[in-house]
Formats: sequence, structure tokens, C-alpha cells
Amino acid sequence: MAESHDIAVHAEHDHKPHGWRRWVFATNHKDIGTMYLIAAGTMFLIGGLAAMAIRAQLFKSGMKLFDPAMFNSLTTMHGLIMIFGAIMPSWVGLANWMIPMQIGAPDMALPRLNNLSFWILPFAFTLMIASFFVPGGAVAGGWTMYPPLMQQFGDSFPMLIFAIHLMGISSILGAINIVVTIMNLRAPGMSLLRMPLFVWTWLITAYLLIAVMPVLAGAVTMQLTDHFFGTSFFNAAGGGDPVLFLHVFWFFGHPEVYILILPAFGVISEIIPTFSRKPLFGYEAMVYATASIAFLSFIVWGHHMFTVGMPVAAQMFFMLSTMLIAVPTGVKVFNWTATMWRGSLSFEPPMLFAIAFLFLFSIGGFSGLMLALVPSDYQYHGTYFVVAHFHYVLVPGAVFAIFGAVYYWLPKWCGRMYDMRLAKWHFWLSVIFVNVLFFPQHFLGLAGMPRRIPDYAPQFTDWNMVSSIGGFIFGASQVLFPYIVWKCVRSGKPVEANSPWDGAHGLEWELPSPAPYHSWTTPPSAAVLAHGAEH
Amino acid sequence: MKRARLGKLLGTLALALAGGALPAWGKSGWDELNMPRGVTNVSTRIYALHMMAFWVCVGIAAVVFGVMIWSLVFHRKSRGAVPDISLTHSTKVEIVWTIVPVLILVSMAIPAARLLVRINNNTDSQLSIRVTGFQWGWRYQYVGSNVSVISKLSESSTDASMMHSGISPTSVPHYLLSVDHPIVVPVGEKIRLLITSIDVIHSWWVPDLGVKRDAIPGFINQASFTIAPDKTGTYRGQCTELCGRGHAYMPIVVHAVSPAAFQAWLKQQSALDKEAAAGAPATAVTRS
Repeated sequence: MAESHDIAVHAEHDHKPHGWRRWVFATNHKDIGTMYLIAAGTMFLIGGLAAMAIRAQLFKSGMKLFDPAMFNSLTTMHGLIMIFGAIMPSWVGLANWMIPMQIGAPDMALPRLNNLSFWILPFAFTLMIASFFVPGGAVAGGWTMYPPLMQQFGDSFPMLIFAIHLMGISSILGAINIVVTIMNLRAPGMSLLRMPLFVWTWLITAYLLIAVMPVLAGAVTMQLTDHFFGTSFFNAAGGGDPVLFLHVFWFFGHPEVYILILPAFGVISEIIPTFSRKPLFGYEAMVYATASIAFLSFIVWGHHMFTVGMPVAAQMFFMLSTMLIAVPTGVKVFNWTATMWRGSLSFEPPMLFAIAFLFLFSIGGFSGLMLALVPSDYQYHGTYFVVAHFHYVLVPGAVFAIFGAVYYWLPKWCGRMYDMRLAKWHFWLSVIFVNVLFFPQHFLGLAGMPRRIPDYAPQFTDWNMVSSIGGFIFGASQVLFPYIVWKCVRSGKPVEANSPWDGAHGLEWELPSPAPYHSWTTPPSAAVLAHGAEH
Repeated sequence: MKRARLGKLLGTLALALAGGALPAWGKSGWDELNMPRGVTNVSTRIYALHMMAFWVCVGIAAVVFGVMIWSLVFHRKSRGAVPDISLTHSTKVEIVWTIVPVLILVSMAIPAARLLVRINNNTDSQLSIRVTGFQWGWRYQYVGSNVSVISKLSESSTDASMMHSGISPTSVPHYLLSVDHPIVVPVGEKIRLLITSIDVIHSWWVPDLGVKRDAIPGFINQASFTIAPDKTGTYRGQCTELCGRGHAYMPIVVHAVSPAAFQAWLKQQSALDKEAAAGAPATAVTRS
């Protein structure tokens, strides 16, 4: 406790710039983390509005709110905004806030790089969203950007590619910073296998980012030169190969989905032990399972393209490698279940979101397993079954984990407690209507509704209506979240103790609340480390 | 049957949710819950594989979710549960829950692999049809004859699909699933499709046939199907690869008829095509 006292004294003379300089010249991991989270929240709102527009258009057969080209732009931009604008920056924001606090460091290792990697983003996002307003409208070829269709769009095409380059640079710089921080700034005594799971999953995610973001950049650059400089990488008429793009894109694309979900695994591995009042079951197995998933993610990309006509042997390989992912993923789910087993559970908002994650992410995993079977995939591919599958892993998966993380650590960040009752309302509305929204999409896909269509045959109307109603209520209830956070920061009840959660363990809970501006100005002593890691 | 009833139940629930605001459609969509069994050997085997995988997942879910729910109910603090903090790992249990999933996966992979090999066997076909996707429609050429069919969204669907058309989709027969010129194929014969595209990537899908294959410029993909001899009828599908603003408007309609009826159709079509070729220039494949 002596340490925390020293830090409180330090906090009185933080040298932080005030006003706009504090943010524009920010080098503090907490300030940068906050900016990341606000930017991600803003993009979540914009992507969410696109989703509402999509669900309105799909409310019934023959609905014509938008021109088909505009509808395609909406689905494309919804995907790109949510993946690159909402979920990825949320994770980087959480990494910024939590990694230094969890490993006993004062800040990130490379603070100025941190500033750069954040401040690239507003430009990238502006460029991406501005593409809606140029002649021809935003890119409408799907977030997967397959050529030759992608080549048919106007000025928005180079804008999007430049935006992707910027976001890629930002992600790579952020990932380098995270790797360097974790490798160099851990408190004495915190060996790799004593790191919290959130730090572990982010370390692995950072390597994935460094490995695959350049691949995406390469793929889109080849499209750019095909369009403007007369190359024929993907142009069959010039001797090129459109399928090459699919291979390169999905070599990026599959690790990308684990970039979105691995930090969520880390968060869930922090929350469940806290509210089960029991240490995480099988810590080492969790680390190895995460690493195995990351490795396997590089050799399964073909399962996104079973219908392109790969040789049977290749299809077989990708089917088997994909099915293998179920093993480490299963290990994780079983470990979380075993952590709750014979625990002493309580159901505060972070735990509620974590439990919903366990059930609903598993449903996404089951449909993923079904999709891995090539013959069945011939029927599922390109339908709403796939849409249902990836929304189950990304919304009640990644997004719920982000909500859980914020509800878990917010009291530590601002030293105040949020309105539990409202947060529970947020949870129940989200968990009920996310299912009303996405579950019927399994039926629609199986019954034969293709994805990415602005209008459909009348027999699909009933379940689409249910899905749209679920979508509107789910969307509307998300307004609660920024309100709850804002209210907490402004006028929440102060948290006196270092930790508002009696079962929480880890170095971040050894710091006073709110956490001091510079997290660990002196490394935590062995005693503090032991206390943090206790039981 | 049971699933259909479940669908109705869920449907009624959803109806109540919507405050009874849902109009009554001619055909109920609540029963549209599952993959069709289809009319080919392959499609029925895919259906069986799909249902097998589904029930395996239900079984695993019952066990895993059961354990989770047990904990949620009985191991809660408010019931005075005391955490067993010694329970941090168990090599035995961990080996079991690694090996058992592997065995389950192997048992699923074997039938899937067999079926995969079977589906991709495109030899010994009795009829080949060249399928060419374009923005937005399909061109079919019957190999070995001069018959060629250009198949686009039917006029009634096209009219109804226009912005501000004011036409209710329920008043249009098979809205968005009907074409001007359907293709005709014989039942009981193995038909091979040679699929390509002249512009962007499309995907040819008819769920009842169990065939989905991408149409890619510069590539010729193969797929084949044999419709069961007693399954004459009309089978409908759609393009399943985003191909621009007309993606939702290039359906596929296959008329399956007896081999004799097919031969008659082919002869008649061939004569018509010759006539057309002699008279006017052939129809252009694309229409802007």
C-alpha cells in the first residue's frame, strides 16, 4: 500500500499540458486510450446508423428506401466502419489504458509513436466517410473489395484504399508499441507466464496485426495499380487472376477476425475469475490455446472461398484445418466454464456481459463449425446464415466483451461508479434484442436468402421483419451506453477503495482510484506484485 | 413437422412483438426455417450432413450450456456459495476436453470428406451447359447444339422492383425469383455446368440442386447435378456473389422435365434460334 500512497503524492504534480494541447500533443497512455475509445464510439454510432438503414430497407419485400447502389454502399461501409473504425480502435484504446497498469509500467514504451498512431485515424476515418459524398457514391463492392467489381467504382475507390493504408499504418504502429511495451516494461518479477490474460491475448494480437496488415495493404495497392497504372494483377483480360486477390485478401482476412476476437478472450478471462471469486482455470492452457488459434488462423483462409473452384485437396485441407480451430476454442470455453464451476458468482454488469459472451459466442462457434464442412458450406456460402454466424461472433462476441471491459475498468479509470441499474438495463435490452436481431438470420440463410441484396422474395419477409425490429431496439438501446459512461464520469459515486470488485486481482487494482496520471512511476515491489497476483 | 410448429410458435411470438402490425401474406414465411432437402442425390446428402452437424452442435451445447447454467444457478454468491479456490487446473480433465472434441470432429469430417469428393466428381456427364454470368443475368449454351438461352429477371418482377413502382411484390408471381427465359434440363441425367463470367464475379446457386459455384472471369468452373427421375418441376435460385447494383435481380430458374420433353424442347429451340439467326442479328449478351 505504501507504493500507492507515493503515487497519490506524485499525482499532485503531473506535468500535463492543458486545453487542446493535452489531446493533440498527447503522449499519456490514458489520454490516448480515451481518445481511441471516443473515436471508436463515434464510428460505432456511424456504422450503427448504416446498420439501421440496412435493416429499414430489409424490413419487408419490395421496400425501396434506397437505390440498390446506395444499399450496397451502406453494407460495404457498415462492414468497413465497424471492423476498422469501431472494434479495432476499441481494443487499441483498451490496450492503451490497461496494459501499462497491468504490467506495472508508467506508460507505453513509445509515447510519441502512440500519439502518431492515434492521430492518423481521424484522417483515415474522414477520408473513408467522405467517400459517401463524391460522385458515384461510396464504394459498393462489399468490405471484401473483390475485383473486378471493385474496379467499377469512381473517386471513392482510391479514397477508400488510401484510408485503408492509413488505418493499416496506424494499426502496425500501435501493435509495435504494444509488443515493445510488453516485452520491455514489465515489472520485475512479472515473467511472461505471470502476465494477465488480457496482456497475453493482446501480445498475440499485436503479432497478428504486424503480420497481416501489410498483406492487406499489398492487396489493395495491387488493385490501385490495376486501376490507375495499367497493371493486370487481378484482371483476367490482361493475364491476371481475380482469384489471386481472394487468396491474398483472406490471408489477411482470417487472422483479422482473430485480431477482433482475441482481446475479447483476454477480457473475458479477466472478468469471469473476478466475479466467480476464483482464479482462472487452466491459465497456461489458455495462453497456449490463444497461441494455437493465432497460428491456425494463418492456414484456414481458404474456407472463405470454398465455392471459387479450388482443387478438392485444397478444399479438404482448409476444411480440416478450420475444424481444428474448434479444439483450442473449445478449450477456452471449457476453461471459462470450469472457472465458474464451484465459484461464488455475482452478476454485476461486466459479468453479465461476460456470461452472454460465453453463450452467444459459442453459438457463433457452432455455426462456424457447420460452415467448415465444405459440402454444407456450398449451401450456406454467401447467404444470411453466414451473416448470422459472423454477427454472433462479432456483436455478442467482440462488442459485448468491449462493453464488459468498460463496465469492469471504468470505476478504476475515473474513480467513480456508474449507475448499475441503468447498466443492467443496457445489458438486458442488448442481450435480448441481439438475438431477436440475428437469430432469425440463420433461418433466412438456410431458406435461401443471399446476403448483400437490397430486396428479396416475399417469403423471406416475416423473419426479416423480426430481425429488423430486433435491430431497431438493439440499436436504440445502445444510446444508453454513452449516457451511462458520461453520467459516471461527471457525477458517479466516488469509489474509495482501490478496487470496487471484491474478487478482482491484478496490478491495476493495486493502484489508487482513479488511477494516477502516470500509472507506475516506480515499479511495483515484489510484495505488491504478489498481492496483485494473489490466489 | 416439429420444426415447422416451432417456427409457427416463434412467429406468433414475433407477431405479438410487432403489435399485430404485420400484414397477412399470401404464403407464410414463418416456416422458412431450414435448408431444403432438394431434388438431387447430392442435395439430400448435404441436407443430411447439415442436420447431423446441427444435432452434434445441439448435443455439445446441451452439455456445455448445461454445466454453465448449473453454475449460474447453484454456485452463486447470493446462495452462499463458497469458492473452491484450489480448483485451478486438472491435467486429466484438460486432456479429456481436448481429445473428445477431436474425436467428435473426426466423426464429422469423415462423411463431409466423402461427400466432398463425390460432389467434385464431374465426369461421365450426359449433357454439358455453358453458364456465363454477366451484369445482370445468365447466358446458357447447350454444348453440342446451337441452343443458347439468355435469362434475365422477368418483366413483372423488373417492373415491381423499380423505385416508386407502387406494385406490391406479393401480387407478382415469384417476385425476384422468376426469369424471362428459364433453362430446361432433363431429369435423371447427369448435367455438367461449365461456369464463367464476362465481367465481375457471380455465383450460380440453386438450393434444390445443391449446386453453388462462382462464375469468375478468366476461369471455367465445373459443377454437376443429377435430378431424381421423379422430380420434374421448377427450381429457383439466385446469384450469391455481390456483383453490383443488379445483384439481387439476376435469379436462376431451372425447369426439370422428362428426357423426351427435353429433347423436344431442344429441337424446337434449335429451330427457333436458326430462324432468328437467319432473320435478325443475334441478341447481344449484355444490355446496358
